[in-house]
Amino acid sequence: MVEFLQNIFTNDIVITVLLSAIPLVFIIAYVLVVLYTEMKISAHIQDRLAYMITGWHGVLQPIADMVKLLLKEDIIPERADRLLFRLAPYITFAATYATYAVIPFSSIYIGANIQLGAFFILASSSLVVIGILMAGWSSNNKWSLIGGLRSAAQMISYEIPTALAIIIAVVITGSMNLQDVTIFQDGGIQNWLIFGGPFPLTKKLLLLPFTIITFIILFIASIAEVNRTPFDLPEAESELVQGFFTEYSGLRFAMFYLSEYANLFVVSAVVVSLFLGGWSSPFGSFMSGPVWGIFWFVTKSYLLVMLQIWIRWTLPRIRVDQLMHVSWKVLTPWLFVCLLAVGGILVMV
Amino acid sequence: MSAVATYFKNIFHALYTVLVGMKITGSRLFKRSVTIQYPYVKKAIPERARNRLYVNIDDCIGCNQCGMACPVDCITIDTIKSTPDVDLGMTSKNTKKRLYIAKFDIDFAKCCFCGLCTYPCPTECIYMTDVYEYSEYERRNLIYSFATMTPEEIEMAEAKLKQYEAEQAAKKSAPPIPPKPSQPSNPSDGSTAS
Repeated sequence: MVEFLQNIFTNDIVITVLLSAIPLVFIIAYVLVVLYTEMKISAHIQDRLAYMITGWHGVLQPIADMVKLLLKEDIIPERADRLLFRLAPYITFAATYATYAVIPFSSIYIGANIQLGAFFILASSSLVVIGILMAGWSSNNKWSLIGGLRSAAQMISYEIPTALAIIIAVVITGSMNLQDVTIFQDGGIQNWLIFGGPFPLTKKLLLLPFTIITFIILFIASIAEVNRTPFDLPEAESELVQGFFTEYSGLRFAMFYLSEYANLFVVSAVVVSLFLGGWSSPFGSFMSGPVWGIFWFVTKSYLLVMLQIWIRWTLPRIRVDQLMHVSWKVLTPWLFVCLLAVGGILVMV
Repeated sequence: MSAVATYFKNIFHALYTVLVGMKITGSRLFKRSVTIQYPYVKKAIPERARNRLYVNIDDCIGCNQCGMACPVDCITIDTIKSTPDVDLGMTSKNTKKRLYIAKFDIDFAKCCFCGLCTYPCPTECIYMTDVYEYSEYERRNLIYSFATMTPEEIEMAEAKLKQYEAEQAAKKSAPPIPPKPSQPSNPSDGSTAS
Protein backbone atom coordinates (compact mmCIF):
# COMPACT_ATOMS: atom_id res chain seq x y z
CA MET A 1 0.00 0.00 0.00
CA VAL A 2 2.81 2.38 0.81
CA GLU A 3 4.45 1.72 -2.55
CA PHE A 4 1.16 2.14 -4.35
CA LEU A 5 0.63 5.52 -2.74
CA GLN A 6 4.22 6.51 -3.29
CA ASN A 7 3.66 6.16 -7.00
CA ILE A 8 0.80 8.64 -6.88
CA PHE A 9 1.98 11.23 -4.42
CA THR A 10 5.60 12.14 -3.94
CA ASN A 11 5.16 13.99 -0.71
CA ASP A 12 5.78 11.73 2.27
CA ILE A 13 3.62 13.79 4.58
CA VAL A 14 0.58 13.36 2.37
CA ILE A 15 1.14 9.62 2.24
CA THR A 16 1.42 9.41 6.02
CA VAL A 17 -1.71 11.45 6.54
CA LEU A 18 -3.66 9.30 4.11
CA LEU A 19 -2.46 6.05 5.65
CA SER A 20 -3.33 7.21 9.14
CA ALA A 21 -6.72 8.55 8.10
CA ILE A 22 -7.94 5.22 6.79
CA PRO A 23 -8.63 3.71 10.22
CA LEU A 24 -10.39 6.92 11.22
CA VAL A 25 -12.80 6.62 8.33
CA PHE A 26 -13.24 2.99 9.23
CA ILE A 27 -13.93 3.83 12.88
CA ILE A 28 -16.63 6.32 11.98
CA ALA A 29 -18.37 3.95 9.61
CA TYR A 30 -18.01 1.09 12.07
CA VAL A 31 -19.40 3.08 15.00
CA LEU A 32 -22.58 3.82 13.12
CA VAL A 33 -23.02 0.15 12.34
CA VAL A 34 -22.16 -1.10 15.80
CA LEU A 35 -24.46 1.37 17.52
CA TYR A 36 -27.33 0.10 15.45
CA THR A 37 -26.32 -3.52 15.99
CA GLU A 38 -26.04 -3.11 19.72
CA MET A 39 -29.40 -1.45 20.04
CA LYS A 40 -31.15 -4.01 17.90
CA ILE A 41 -29.51 -7.06 19.44
CA SER A 42 -30.07 -5.83 22.96
CA ALA A 43 -33.70 -5.07 22.11
CA HIS A 44 -34.44 -8.44 20.55
CA ILE A 45 -32.82 -10.27 23.43
CA GLN A 46 -35.20 -8.42 25.71
CA ASP A 47 -38.22 -9.23 23.53
CA ARG A 48 -38.73 -5.70 22.37
CA LEU A 49 -38.15 -3.79 19.16
CA ALA A 50 -35.96 -0.72 19.12
CA TYR A 51 -35.85 2.12 16.62
CA MET A 52 -38.50 1.42 14.06
CA ILE A 53 -39.34 4.94 12.94
CA THR A 54 -36.25 6.63 11.49
CA GLY A 55 -35.51 4.86 8.25
CA TRP A 56 -36.51 1.27 7.60
CA HIS A 57 -36.42 -0.43 11.01
CA GLY A 58 -34.43 2.47 12.32
CA VAL A 59 -31.22 2.26 10.30
CA LEU A 60 -30.86 6.04 10.26
CA GLN A 61 -31.10 6.31 14.03
CA PRO A 62 -27.33 6.25 14.78
CA ILE A 63 -26.92 9.23 12.49
CA ALA A 64 -29.69 10.99 14.38
CA ASP A 65 -27.96 10.14 17.66
CA MET A 66 -24.66 11.55 16.48
CA VAL A 67 -26.30 14.71 15.22
CA LYS A 68 -28.05 15.13 18.56
CA LEU A 69 -24.78 14.75 20.45
CA LEU A 70 -23.11 17.31 18.23
CA LEU A 71 -25.86 19.85 18.80
CA LYS A 72 -25.99 19.57 22.58
CA GLU A 73 -24.91 22.36 24.87
CA ASP A 74 -21.41 22.03 26.19
CA ILE A 75 -21.62 22.15 29.97
CA ILE A 76 -18.52 22.35 32.12
CA PRO A 77 -19.12 22.21 35.89
CA GLU A 78 -18.15 25.39 37.66
CA ARG A 79 -15.49 23.99 39.95
CA ALA A 80 -14.15 21.47 37.47
CA ASP A 81 -10.50 21.55 36.57
CA ARG A 82 -10.98 23.09 33.15
CA LEU A 83 -7.81 22.01 31.42
CA LEU A 84 -8.01 18.38 32.46
CA PHE A 85 -11.73 18.28 31.82
CA ARG A 86 -11.26 19.36 28.25
CA LEU A 87 -8.20 17.26 27.62
CA ALA A 88 -9.46 13.93 28.91
CA PRO A 89 -11.69 12.82 26.01
CA TYR A 90 -9.00 13.60 23.48
CA ILE A 91 -6.33 11.66 25.33
CA THR A 92 -8.63 8.66 25.64
CA PHE A 93 -9.50 8.73 21.99
CA ALA A 94 -5.94 9.37 20.87
CA ALA A 95 -4.68 6.40 22.89
CA THR A 96 -7.34 4.15 21.44
CA TYR A 97 -6.67 5.38 17.95
CA ALA A 98 -2.93 4.86 18.33
CA THR A 99 -3.59 1.17 18.75
CA TYR A 100 -5.11 1.06 15.28
CA ALA A 101 -1.73 1.81 13.79
CA VAL A 102 -0.36 -1.69 14.23
CA ILE A 103 -3.38 -3.76 13.31
CA PRO A 104 -3.13 -5.60 10.02
CA PHE A 105 -6.36 -5.02 8.21
CA SER A 106 -5.15 -6.83 5.18
CA SER A 107 -2.00 -8.27 3.70
CA ILE A 108 -1.23 -5.00 1.99
CA TYR A 109 -2.34 -2.53 4.60
CA ILE A 110 -0.92 -2.08 8.02
CA GLY A 111 -0.59 1.41 9.42
CA ALA A 112 2.88 1.01 10.88
CA ASN A 113 4.75 -2.19 10.22
CA ILE A 114 6.82 -2.15 13.39
CA GLN A 115 8.42 -5.22 14.88
CA LEU A 116 6.98 -4.52 18.34
CA GLY A 117 3.33 -4.42 17.38
CA ALA A 118 1.90 -6.38 20.30
CA PHE A 119 3.99 -4.50 22.82
CA PHE A 120 2.89 -1.18 21.39
CA ILE A 121 -0.75 -2.19 21.76
CA LEU A 122 -0.27 -2.97 25.44
CA ALA A 123 1.51 0.31 25.99
CA SER A 124 -1.01 2.54 24.30
CA SER A 125 -4.01 0.87 25.87
CA SER A 126 -2.51 1.84 29.20
CA LEU A 127 -2.72 5.46 28.12
CA VAL A 128 -6.49 5.08 28.07
CA VAL A 129 -6.33 4.70 31.85
CA ILE A 130 -4.77 8.15 32.13
CA GLY A 131 -7.56 9.70 30.12
CA ILE A 132 -10.18 8.03 32.30
CA LEU A 133 -8.51 9.12 35.52
CA MET A 134 -8.34 12.68 34.26
CA ALA A 135 -12.02 12.58 33.40
CA GLY A 136 -12.99 11.16 36.77
CA TRP A 137 -10.88 13.58 38.78
CA SER A 138 -11.56 16.78 36.92
CA SER A 139 -15.32 16.40 36.99
CA ASN A 140 -15.39 17.51 40.62
CA ASN A 141 -17.97 14.86 41.31
CA LYS A 142 -17.69 12.09 43.92
CA TRP A 143 -19.24 9.50 41.71
CA SER A 144 -17.09 10.30 38.72
CA LEU A 145 -14.04 10.04 40.92
CA ILE A 146 -15.07 6.66 42.23
CA GLY A 147 -15.79 5.52 38.70
CA GLY A 148 -12.44 6.74 37.46
CA LEU A 149 -10.49 5.06 40.25
CA ARG A 150 -12.37 1.79 39.83
CA SER A 151 -11.67 1.91 36.14
CA ALA A 152 -7.98 2.49 36.70
CA ALA A 153 -7.79 -0.44 39.11
CA GLN A 154 -9.69 -2.68 36.74
CA MET A 155 -7.72 -1.83 33.65
CA ILE A 156 -4.39 -2.21 35.37
CA SER A 157 -5.37 -5.55 36.84
CA TYR A 158 -6.56 -6.90 33.54
CA GLU A 159 -3.49 -5.76 31.64
CA ILE A 160 -1.59 -8.67 33.20
CA PRO A 161 -3.71 -11.47 31.73
CA THR A 162 -3.84 -9.61 28.43
CA ALA A 163 -0.08 -9.28 28.32
CA LEU A 164 0.48 -12.90 29.28
CA ALA A 165 -1.94 -14.16 26.64
CA ILE A 166 -0.26 -12.03 24.01
CA ILE A 167 3.09 -13.39 25.14
CA ILE A 168 1.87 -16.93 24.67
CA ALA A 169 0.79 -16.18 21.11
CA VAL A 170 4.08 -14.41 20.46
CA VAL A 171 6.06 -17.37 21.86
CA ILE A 172 4.30 -19.76 19.51
CA THR A 173 4.81 -17.62 16.43
CA GLY A 174 8.15 -16.07 17.30
CA SER A 175 7.37 -12.48 16.38
CA MET A 176 5.57 -9.54 17.95
CA ASN A 177 4.67 -8.04 14.61
CA LEU A 178 1.00 -8.73 14.14
CA GLN A 179 1.37 -8.96 10.40
CA ASP A 180 3.91 -11.79 10.82
CA VAL A 181 1.62 -13.56 13.25
CA THR A 182 -1.19 -13.39 10.72
CA ILE A 183 0.98 -14.64 7.88
CA PHE A 184 2.06 -17.49 10.15
CA GLN A 185 -1.57 -18.55 10.44
CA ASP A 186 -2.32 -18.26 6.74
CA GLY A 187 -3.62 -21.21 4.80
CA GLY A 188 -6.92 -22.30 6.21
CA ILE A 189 -8.84 -22.76 9.39
CA GLN A 190 -6.68 -25.60 10.64
CA ASN A 191 -3.73 -23.25 10.82
CA TRP A 192 -5.31 -20.82 13.22
CA LEU A 193 -3.57 -20.55 16.55
CA ILE A 194 -6.72 -21.36 18.42
CA PHE A 195 -6.59 -24.80 16.89
CA GLY A 196 -2.93 -25.25 17.69
CA GLY A 197 -1.21 -23.49 14.82
CA PRO A 198 0.37 -24.71 11.58
CA PHE A 199 2.29 -27.56 13.16
CA PRO A 200 2.37 -31.31 12.63
CA LEU A 201 -0.47 -33.17 14.26
CA THR A 202 1.12 -34.31 17.52
CA LYS A 203 2.40 -30.85 18.35
CA LYS A 204 -0.93 -29.38 17.43
CA LEU A 205 -2.88 -31.73 19.65
CA LEU A 206 -0.55 -31.04 22.54
CA LEU A 207 -0.84 -27.29 22.06
CA LEU A 208 -4.56 -27.29 21.43
CA PRO A 209 -5.95 -27.26 25.00
CA PHE A 210 -3.55 -24.53 26.04
CA THR A 211 -4.29 -22.26 23.14
CA ILE A 212 -8.02 -22.64 23.61
CA ILE A 213 -7.70 -21.71 27.26
CA THR A 214 -5.51 -18.77 26.31
CA PHE A 215 -8.01 -17.59 23.77
CA ILE A 216 -10.86 -17.71 26.28
CA ILE A 217 -8.84 -15.89 28.89
CA LEU A 218 -7.70 -13.25 26.41
CA PHE A 219 -11.28 -12.69 25.39
CA ILE A 220 -12.42 -12.27 28.99
CA ALA A 221 -9.55 -9.94 29.77
CA SER A 222 -10.29 -7.85 26.71
CA ILE A 223 -13.91 -7.42 27.76
CA ALA A 224 -12.56 -6.14 31.06
CA GLU A 225 -10.17 -3.78 29.30
CA VAL A 226 -12.97 -1.99 27.54
CA ASN A 227 -15.19 -1.70 30.61
CA ARG A 228 -18.06 -3.73 29.26
CA THR A 229 -20.51 -5.69 31.34
CA PRO A 230 -19.93 -7.88 33.27
CA PHE A 231 -16.92 -5.71 34.06
CA ASP A 232 -18.52 -2.31 33.72
CA LEU A 233 -18.06 -1.11 37.28
CA PRO A 234 -16.60 2.18 36.07
CA GLU A 235 -19.77 2.94 34.20
CA ALA A 236 -22.15 1.14 36.45
CA GLU A 237 -25.22 2.77 35.10
CA SER A 238 -27.40 2.09 38.06
CA GLU A 239 -24.83 3.12 40.65
CA LEU A 240 -22.78 5.94 39.30
CA VAL A 241 -25.10 7.50 36.74
CA GLN A 242 -22.61 7.24 33.94
CA GLY A 243 -19.47 6.70 35.96
CA PHE A 244 -16.45 8.73 35.08
CA PHE A 245 -18.11 10.56 32.24
CA THR A 246 -21.20 11.73 34.09
CA GLU A 247 -20.42 15.39 33.66
CA TYR A 248 -19.70 15.24 29.99
CA SER A 249 -22.25 16.28 27.42
CA GLY A 250 -22.42 16.85 23.72
CA LEU A 251 -19.25 16.47 21.70
CA ARG A 252 -17.05 15.46 24.64
CA PHE A 253 -19.45 12.65 25.49
CA ALA A 254 -19.44 11.65 21.85
CA MET A 255 -15.63 11.37 22.00
CA PHE A 256 -15.81 9.04 24.99
CA TYR A 257 -18.55 7.01 23.40
CA LEU A 258 -16.59 6.81 20.16
CA SER A 259 -13.46 5.73 21.96
CA GLU A 260 -15.36 3.07 23.89
CA TYR A 261 -16.62 1.48 20.69
CA ALA A 262 -13.30 1.94 18.94
CA ASN A 263 -11.60 0.22 21.86
CA LEU A 264 -14.11 -2.60 21.61
CA PHE A 265 -13.15 -3.16 18.00
CA VAL A 266 -9.44 -2.91 18.67
CA VAL A 267 -9.35 -5.56 21.37
CA SER A 268 -11.47 -7.86 19.21
CA ALA A 269 -9.10 -7.17 16.33
CA VAL A 270 -6.11 -8.09 18.46
CA VAL A 271 -7.74 -11.35 19.53
CA VAL A 272 -8.62 -12.10 15.92
CA SER A 273 -5.14 -11.33 14.65
CA LEU A 274 -3.46 -13.44 17.26
CA PHE A 275 -5.73 -16.42 17.51
CA LEU A 276 -8.28 -16.49 14.75
CA GLY A 277 -6.11 -15.94 11.74
CA GLY A 278 -6.45 -12.21 11.14
CA TRP A 279 -7.20 -11.50 7.52
CA SER A 280 -6.60 -15.01 6.26
CA SER A 281 -9.52 -16.90 4.82
CA PRO A 282 -10.67 -20.04 6.63
CA PHE A 283 -10.89 -21.89 3.35
CA GLY A 284 -7.23 -21.69 2.49
CA SER A 285 -6.83 -20.17 -0.94
CA PHE A 286 -10.51 -19.90 -1.84
CA MET A 287 -11.77 -16.36 -1.25
CA SER A 288 -8.37 -15.05 -0.25
CA GLY A 289 -6.48 -12.07 -1.50
CA PRO A 290 -5.78 -8.52 -0.39
CA VAL A 291 -9.34 -7.27 -0.68
CA TRP A 292 -10.90 -10.46 0.66
CA GLY A 293 -8.50 -10.06 3.56
CA ILE A 294 -10.26 -6.91 4.66
CA PHE A 295 -13.60 -8.65 4.44
CA TRP A 296 -12.48 -11.62 6.55
CA PHE A 297 -10.77 -9.45 9.10
CA VAL A 298 -13.71 -7.14 9.59
CA THR A 299 -16.17 -10.04 9.65
CA LYS A 300 -14.27 -11.98 12.27
CA SER A 301 -13.73 -8.95 14.48
CA TYR A 302 -17.32 -7.97 14.12
CA LEU A 303 -18.46 -11.44 15.13
CA LEU A 304 -16.40 -11.12 18.27
CA VAL A 305 -17.91 -7.70 18.90
CA MET A 306 -21.37 -9.24 18.60
CA LEU A 307 -20.31 -11.95 21.02
CA GLN A 308 -19.34 -9.23 23.47
CA ILE A 309 -22.73 -7.58 23.01
CA TRP A 310 -24.43 -10.91 23.61
CA ILE A 311 -22.48 -11.42 26.82
CA ARG A 312 -23.31 -7.91 27.91
CA TRP A 313 -26.99 -8.64 27.92
CA THR A 314 -26.64 -12.00 29.61
CA LEU A 315 -24.59 -11.40 32.69
CA PRO A 316 -24.96 -9.17 35.75
CA ARG A 317 -22.17 -6.95 36.89
CA ILE A 318 -19.51 -8.42 39.17
CA ARG A 319 -18.40 -6.78 42.39
CA VAL A 320 -15.06 -5.09 42.68
CA ASP A 321 -13.58 -7.74 44.98
CA GLN A 322 -14.80 -10.50 42.67
CA LEU A 323 -13.22 -8.57 39.84
CA MET A 324 -9.85 -8.59 41.54
CA HIS A 325 -10.22 -12.22 42.48
CA VAL A 326 -10.93 -13.19 38.88
CA SER A 327 -7.97 -11.29 37.54
CA TRP A 328 -5.27 -12.12 40.02
CA LYS A 329 -6.31 -15.49 41.30
CA VAL A 330 -7.87 -17.15 38.30
CA LEU A 331 -6.75 -15.68 35.00
CA THR A 332 -3.12 -15.03 35.82
CA PRO A 333 -2.22 -18.44 37.34
CA TRP A 334 -3.89 -20.31 34.51
CA LEU A 335 -1.97 -18.24 32.01
CA PHE A 336 1.32 -18.96 33.79
CA VAL A 337 0.57 -22.66 33.55
CA CYS A 338 -0.30 -22.29 29.87
CA LEU A 339 2.87 -20.34 29.22
CA LEU A 340 5.04 -22.96 30.87
CA ALA A 341 3.25 -25.76 29.04
CA VAL A 342 3.43 -24.04 25.65
CA GLY A 343 7.08 -23.21 26.13
CA GLY A 344 7.84 -26.76 27.15
CA ILE A 345 5.96 -28.28 24.22
CA LEU A 346 7.63 -25.99 21.71
CA VAL A 347 11.05 -26.84 23.05
CA MET A 348 10.66 -30.54 23.41
CA VAL A 349 8.44 -31.64 20.55
CA MET B 1 -14.16 -29.88 50.44
CA SER B 2 -10.62 -28.69 50.16
CA ALA B 3 -9.82 -25.20 49.00
CA VAL B 4 -8.28 -26.42 45.77
CA ALA B 5 -11.35 -28.42 44.86
CA THR B 6 -13.58 -25.46 45.67
CA TYR B 7 -11.43 -23.25 43.48
CA PHE B 8 -11.78 -25.49 40.47
CA LYS B 9 -15.43 -26.14 41.13
CA ASN B 10 -16.11 -22.41 41.19
CA ILE B 11 -14.34 -21.84 37.91
CA PHE B 12 -16.20 -24.54 36.07
CA HIS B 13 -19.48 -23.55 37.67
CA ALA B 14 -18.93 -19.97 36.54
CA LEU B 15 -18.16 -20.97 32.96
CA TYR B 16 -21.07 -23.37 32.84
CA THR B 17 -23.59 -20.81 34.11
CA VAL B 18 -22.33 -18.23 31.66
CA LEU B 19 -22.96 -20.65 28.84
CA VAL B 20 -26.43 -21.49 30.13
CA GLY B 21 -27.25 -17.79 30.31
CA MET B 22 -25.97 -17.20 26.83
CA LYS B 23 -28.12 -20.03 25.51
CA ILE B 24 -31.22 -18.44 27.02
CA THR B 25 -30.52 -14.97 25.71
CA GLY B 26 -29.43 -16.36 22.37
CA SER B 27 -32.68 -18.22 21.97
CA ARG B 28 -34.70 -15.15 22.85
CA LEU B 29 -32.80 -13.23 20.22
CA PHE B 30 -34.56 -15.16 17.53
CA LYS B 31 -38.05 -15.20 19.00
CA ARG B 32 -40.63 -12.72 17.84
CA SER B 33 -40.96 -9.60 19.97
CA VAL B 34 -44.20 -8.78 21.68
CA THR B 35 -44.07 -5.06 21.00
CA ILE B 36 -46.84 -3.55 18.88
CA GLN B 37 -46.03 -0.43 16.92
CA TYR B 38 -48.44 1.96 18.53
CA PRO B 39 -49.37 4.74 16.18
CA TYR B 40 -49.75 2.36 13.27
CA VAL B 41 -51.25 -0.58 15.15
CA LYS B 42 -53.70 0.01 17.96
CA LYS B 43 -54.94 -2.50 20.43
CA ALA B 44 -58.70 -2.80 20.86
CA ILE B 45 -59.85 -1.39 24.17
CA PRO B 46 -62.60 -2.97 26.26
CA GLU B 47 -66.23 -2.44 25.38
CA ARG B 48 -67.26 -0.41 28.41
CA ALA B 49 -64.04 1.56 28.73
CA ARG B 50 -64.37 4.91 30.46
CA ASN B 51 -62.67 7.47 28.24
CA ARG B 52 -63.73 10.83 26.84
CA LEU B 53 -67.30 11.93 27.62
CA TYR B 54 -69.87 12.81 25.01
CA VAL B 55 -73.05 14.79 25.50
CA ASN B 56 -76.00 14.50 23.15
CA ILE B 57 -77.19 18.05 23.62
CA ASP B 58 -80.58 17.43 21.98
CA ASP B 59 -81.53 15.19 24.88
CA CYS B 60 -80.23 17.37 27.68
CA ILE B 61 -82.90 18.83 29.96
CA GLY B 62 -80.47 21.02 31.88
CA CYS B 63 -81.10 19.44 35.28
CA ASN B 64 -77.38 19.77 36.30
CA GLN B 65 -77.41 16.37 38.01
CA CYS B 66 -74.16 15.56 36.22
CA GLY B 67 -72.60 18.82 37.31
CA MET B 68 -73.55 18.19 40.91
CA ALA B 69 -72.29 14.61 40.81
CA CYS B 70 -68.87 15.47 39.38
CA PRO B 71 -66.21 15.16 42.11
CA VAL B 72 -63.79 17.57 40.44
CA ASP B 73 -66.35 20.12 39.19
CA CYS B 74 -65.40 19.92 35.59
CA ILE B 75 -68.96 20.32 34.21
CA THR B 76 -70.40 23.82 33.96
CA ILE B 77 -74.00 24.27 32.87
CA ASP B 78 -75.89 27.51 32.35
CA THR B 79 -79.58 27.37 31.50
CA ILE B 80 -82.25 29.88 30.59
CA LYS B 81 -85.87 29.27 31.39
CA SER B 82 -88.06 29.17 28.36
CA THR B 83 -91.37 30.96 28.16
CA PRO B 84 -94.55 28.91 27.94
CA ASP B 85 -95.23 29.85 24.37
CA VAL B 86 -92.02 28.22 23.09
CA ASP B 87 -91.89 24.52 22.27
CA LEU B 88 -88.36 23.18 22.80
CA GLY B 89 -89.25 19.68 21.82
CA MET B 90 -89.23 16.30 23.51
CA THR B 91 -86.35 14.25 24.78
CA SER B 92 -85.84 10.65 23.76
CA LYS B 93 -87.59 9.55 26.90
CA ASN B 94 -90.65 11.51 25.84
CA THR B 95 -90.47 14.27 28.42
CA LYS B 96 -90.89 17.90 27.58
CA LYS B 97 -87.81 20.11 27.59
CA ARG B 98 -88.28 23.33 29.45
CA LEU B 99 -84.83 24.90 29.57
CA TYR B 100 -82.53 26.39 26.97
CA ILE B 101 -78.95 25.15 27.45
CA ALA B 102 -76.83 28.27 27.08
CA LYS B 103 -73.52 26.72 28.17
CA PHE B 104 -72.47 23.13 28.69
CA ASP B 105 -68.69 23.01 29.18
CA ILE B 106 -66.70 20.01 30.22
CA ASP B 107 -63.04 20.66 31.12
CA PHE B 108 -61.18 17.51 30.18
CA ALA B 109 -58.04 18.68 31.92
CA LYS B 110 -59.93 18.10 35.14
CA CYS B 111 -62.07 15.13 34.25
CA CYS B 112 -61.00 12.07 36.20
CA PHE B 113 -63.03 9.57 34.15
CA CYS B 114 -64.91 8.24 37.15
CA GLY B 115 -68.20 8.07 35.27
CA LEU B 116 -70.22 9.43 38.20
CA CYS B 117 -71.87 11.96 35.91
CA THR B 118 -73.33 9.33 33.65
CA TYR B 119 -75.45 7.60 36.28
CA PRO B 120 -77.81 10.40 37.41
CA CYS B 121 -78.66 11.69 33.93
CA PRO B 122 -82.42 11.19 33.45
CA THR B 123 -82.21 10.98 29.67
CA GLU B 124 -78.81 9.22 29.45
CA CYS B 125 -77.51 11.97 27.21
CA ILE B 126 -74.02 12.03 28.76
CA TYR B 127 -71.98 8.89 28.28
CA MET B 128 -68.39 7.73 28.03
CA THR B 129 -66.91 6.87 24.67
CA ASP B 130 -63.72 4.96 23.88
CA VAL B 131 -61.76 7.93 22.55
CA TYR B 132 -58.41 8.29 24.35
CA GLU B 133 -56.23 10.13 21.89
CA TYR B 134 -57.20 13.76 22.18
CA SER B 135 -54.08 15.57 23.39
CA GLU B 136 -53.88 19.25 22.63
CA TYR B 137 -51.07 21.75 22.51
CA GLU B 138 -52.89 24.35 24.57
CA ARG B 139 -54.78 23.72 27.74
CA ARG B 140 -57.75 25.85 26.82
CA ASN B 141 -58.41 23.58 23.86
CA LEU B 142 -59.31 20.89 26.34
CA ILE B 143 -62.46 22.72 27.43
CA TYR B 144 -65.13 21.18 25.22
CA SER B 145 -68.38 23.11 24.68
CA PHE B 146 -71.36 21.01 23.86
CA ALA B 147 -74.03 23.72 23.81
CA THR B 148 -75.19 24.82 20.38
CA MET B 149 -76.78 28.20 21.07
CA THR B 150 -75.21 31.17 19.33
CA PRO B 151 -74.70 34.36 21.36
CA GLU B 152 -77.55 36.06 19.49
CA GLU B 153 -79.90 33.24 20.37
CA ILE B 154 -78.86 33.42 24.00
CA GLU B 155 -79.49 37.17 24.05
CA MET B 156 -82.86 36.73 22.47
CA ALA B 157 -83.86 34.01 24.91
CA GLU B 158 -82.72 36.05 27.87
CA ALA B 159 -84.51 39.12 26.61
CA LYS B 160 -87.66 37.12 26.06
CA LEU B 161 -87.45 35.67 29.52
CA LYS B 162 -86.97 39.08 31.06
CA GLN B 163 -89.91 40.45 29.20
CA TYR B 164 -92.11 37.55 30.23
CA GLU B 165 -91.12 37.89 33.84
CA ALA B 166 -91.74 41.61 33.74
CA GLU B 167 -95.20 40.93 32.41
CA GLN B 168 -95.84 38.36 35.13
CA ALA B 169 -94.64 40.77 37.78
CA ALA B 170 -96.76 43.57 36.39
CA LYS B 171 -99.78 41.32 36.46
CA LYS B 172 -99.19 40.42 40.08
CA SER B 173 -98.66 43.94 41.34
CA ALA B 174 -101.54 45.62 39.43
CA PRO B 175 -104.41 46.87 41.67
CA PRO B 176 -106.98 44.19 42.07
CA ILE B 177 -109.92 44.67 39.77
CA PRO B 178 -112.89 45.57 42.02
CA PRO B 179 -115.42 42.77 42.00
CA LYS B 180 -118.43 43.58 39.89
CA PRO B 181 -121.20 44.70 42.29
CA SER B 182 -123.99 42.14 42.28
CA GLN B 183 -127.33 43.54 40.98
CA PRO B 184 -129.55 44.66 43.95
CA SER B 185 -132.83 42.73 43.87
CA ASN B 186 -135.67 44.81 42.31
CA PRO B 187 -138.18 45.55 45.08
CA SER B 188 -141.42 44.55 43.34
CA ASP B 189 -143.58 44.29 46.44
CA GLY B 190 -143.00 47.89 47.38
CA SER B 191 -140.97 47.28 50.50
CA THR B 192 -137.96 49.46 50.49
CA ALA B 193 -135.13 49.43 52.87
CA SER B 194 -134.43 52.90 53.94
